[in-house]
Amino acid sequence: MIISPRLKAVLQVLTTLVVVVVYVPLLLVMVNSFNVDRTFGWPPRGLTFHWWNVAFHSSGARHALLVSLEVASLATLISLVLGTCGALALRRTRFFGRNTVSLLIILPIALPGIVTGIALNNAFRTMLGLQLGFLTVVVAHATFCIVTVFNNVQARVQRIGTSLEQASADLGAGPLRTFALVTFPMLRSALLAGGLLSFGLSFDEIVVTTFTAGSQTQTLPIWIFQNLFRPNQAPVVNVVAAVLVLVSAVPIYLAQRLSGDTVSGVTATP
Amino acid sequence: MTTRIRSIGALMGVAALALVAGCGTQGASSSGNSPQAGGFTPPAIPMQQSMGKTEGSVNILAWPGYAEDGSNDPKVDWVTPFEQQTGCQANVKYFGTSDEAVSLLKTGNYDVVSASGDASLRLIASGDVAPVNTSLIKDYNQIEPFLKDKAWNSVNGQMYGVPHGWGANLLMYRTDQVSPAPTSWGAVFDQSSSYKGKVTAYDSPIYIADAALYLMKTQPDLGIKNPYALDQTQLDAAVSLLKNQRTNISEYWSDYLKEVSAFKSGDSVIGTTWKVIQQVAASEKAPVKAILPTEGATGWSDTWMISAKAQHPNCAYAWMSYITEPKPQSEVAQYFGEAPANGQACKLTGAAFCKAYHTTDQAFANKIWYWTTPISQCLDGRTNTTCTNYGDWTQAWTEIKG
Amino acid sequence: MSPTDATAAPARTGRGSILARSSGLRTGLLLLPPMLWLGVAYLAALAALFVTSLWGQDDFTGAIVRVWTLHNYQDLVHIPVYRTIAFRTIGIAALVTVVDAVVAFPIALFMAKVASPRVRRLLVIAVLMPLWASYLVKAYAWRGMFSEGGLIDWAGKPFGLHSPGYGLVATTITLAYLWLPYMILPIFAGLERVPNSLFEASGDLGAGALTTIRRVVLPMAFPAVVAGSIFTFSLSLGDYIAVQIVGGASQLLGNVVYANVGSANNLPFASALATVPVVVMLVYLAAARRTGALDNL
Repeated sequence: MIISPRLKAVLQVLTTLVVVVVYVPLLLVMVNSFNVDRTFGWPPRGLTFHWWNVAFHSSGARHALLVSLEVASLATLISLVLGTCGALALRRTRFFGRNTVSLLIILPIALPGIVTGIALNNAFRTMLGLQLGFLTVVVAHATFCIVTVFNNVQARVQRIGTSLEQASADLGAGPLRTFALVTFPMLRSALLAGGLLSFGLSFDEIVVTTFTAGSQTQTLPIWIFQNLFRPNQAPVVNVVAAVLVLVSAVPIYLAQRLSGDTVSGVTATP
Repeated sequence: MTTRIRSIGALMGVAALALVAGCGTQGASSSGNSPQAGGFTPPAIPMQQSMGKTEGSVNILAWPGYAEDGSNDPKVDWVTPFEQQTGCQANVKYFGTSDEAVSLLKTGNYDVVSASGDASLRLIASGDVAPVNTSLIKDYNQIEPFLKDKAWNSVNGQMYGVPHGWGANLLMYRTDQVSPAPTSWGAVFDQSSSYKGKVTAYDSPIYIADAALYLMKTQPDLGIKNPYALDQTQLDAAVSLLKNQRTNISEYWSDYLKEVSAFKSGDSVIGTTWKVIQQVAASEKAPVKAILPTEGATGWSDTWMISAKAQHPNCAYAWMSYITEPKPQSEVAQYFGEAPANGQACKLTGAAFCKAYHTTDQAFANKIWYWTTPISQCLDGRTNTTCTNYGDWTQAWTEIKG
Repeated sequence: MSPTDATAAPARTGRGSILARSSGLRTGLLLLPPMLWLGVAYLAALAALFVTSLWGQDDFTGAIVRVWTLHNYQDLVHIPVYRTIAFRTIGIAALVTVVDAVVAFPIALFMAKVASPRVRRLLVIAVLMPLWASYLVKAYAWRGMFSEGGLIDWAGKPFGLHSPGYGLVATTITLAYLWLPYMILPIFAGLERVPNSLFEASGDLGAGALTTIRRVVLPMAFPAVVAGSIFTFSLSLGDYIAVQIVGGASQLLGNVVYANVGSANNLPFASALATVPVVVMLVYLAAARRTGALDNL
């Protein structure tokens, strides 16, 4: 026996409690999306499907969703390339700068978002004279998404070792061919996991986005922020959030299945 | 190999810092442009001479309620008719305080802004707005004369904007939780402990003027003559009053809808407001009333100004022309709850409305202490002392909030 | 196996290329894109921000005056309110981290060691799904719960309890709620790596389950806890949005930075303020690296 039955029971109770507490606000969001009262008095006076109807016809929400999807996809793509490069580079060599490189990669996500936001805003606008817009958001997102891919790939390469690639080289394949035919297939699920996390990070990001999006680009979090308090739109925001939670179960479940084991599908560690 | 990587890293670091020191941040001015004795010289920005072809869109920075396009209330919409008339697609961005307006306009992404008196002079001085050619504004001659060529919207006789409307900051309270009905600002200052933890106040350093106004009437020996002209002692007195108020504050508001939601839920029961907030809250079934207390009030007199970097200048002039016509003026005035700048709007709002808001009453208009940026040179004319400036007020505001 | 083995093959088949032979060049080439990106997009931006903090600002026009000065930092140190706010923020971030660690550990332990594989999978999904509900919407839901007559008031009525209202307590609870998944996952991963045999060995040596956890598991899982804490600490240190939504009249460091960038137009002072969380996080990261937490992300 690993853990006594009594402790098991205690842990079970605590877990259930925590899961309940985690989901109460989300259920509240769901209930409020049906709430007749626009400012969410509790308990709700009545329920209606009206807001769901409005939400499906809301062009603002649809447009913002599209922009968010585009930004997240591009940022994920860039971070996949850069993160993989970084992880592959660091695996064999033990050079002095190794820790510095890891630190540098983790910095965008370890420093508070507002610092990253104002630094990038200042850099884009005044140093480089760029107009804030879609591209600046993508650049900003890619910068802090690199770390999720990097960690996943690094963990995976640590696990697979180098023997297969060396065998491939022994058999005469050049480094690019080895990468395409040997390394990449082994990294695929780690890339998927890292990519998924990176996508999620970019999709829900608000702080850095506020500073780098300018006035014309509206990602979904920005749309939500602008409509959160508006009496006519706040219930629509709740509908959007409810849909996001329900829909998110799919990619998470997929990541689990494709990665094989439970955790490396969603975290960095093997 | 390690040294190679190390040196690459060092090289990049040096290059980065060199780049940074060279470029760094622009928008620098060598001496600052604060008003000196007798006024200041605004930077020379060309004024548009004639109307050209409209550009198809316009980016508007507005106080909430000034540019309604039906998304808040389908019955409240004067932006769509503008778009249909001129072909200029309007993109409206709301801001909560004059500071936000200034900082947003500086990004260069907006064409036209509704600036209150505490933003307008700063924008003129920093060269962010251009002089306005009033001959291009359709109904400029219908605008009340006492709003033209004022200290906050013109320099040396040149108008820098088109007056929009004016009004006072009011005291709002929940009729079911506050009784007897308050008549004085004392309800949120000296007597704020009666509503422990449920008082609200405007989240901007300019609110210090409200405290100064109260002290002007209740502590005359402080010698405050103008709530925007405070020397250090007077500022300290105002700060101390506000620090006392802080212990009873539920929330500070700058987003007008946050105040609506706080009054609706009852987390705030009394505090400073704009008429539009009281009207929106009332339409949300919150039992609220707003009054003008006996001590008078601070207020705002707003001016539409055009950005010096406007990318759609013709649409911007089209908007300024449109919004000062009688019909839109009457719609804004009624929705927002303010006095319209165009007196002809009274024919559409009805005489009762205009009387309630003193639209043509110059004497009343002069009694409101409009938002003005405090500067070191005392605005009340004192020359024996220097007054605190907006930087000092901003600093003080952070200390008040704690 | 050394890199030189790889060079023997190309010579035999004529597929020699400089890439195959020099692993140093390979490393360098691979490192170049991310380092260039991070160096240019990020480090240079941070450096520029730091340089800005050494300049002044004309507080009437909002224009930045490029005159070197230390007075932003002097204000930061000498005016007491900024010290208060900085310490308050660090305190809240630490409290949020502790709350999250305490709440996350039992559930992570359950998921790692007690749950069946099917339940484990479901729980991982259950912990991850809230991450996709917008951060703003969750914070706003808590605003509704804390408000007068909201869910907490309604639930506490039979016990005579009231909602704490908007303020620092509400902020701490909301932040702890928002960052909980970021703490659960690394701890779960770390606990999964603790071999079951250690539990059994400890049991064989006479330790009860609680003692085993306290003296065997916790020290091994500690780096994972620290890894999770990096996120909760950093996210709380810079947060200004959740505070605005549920914090009432309180202000944290993020709010003051935001106010100075946005409203007050005082980028130099905001940059000086921003160096505080940067320094705190760098110190925290350096300490975390010692515990081996960075390998646990």
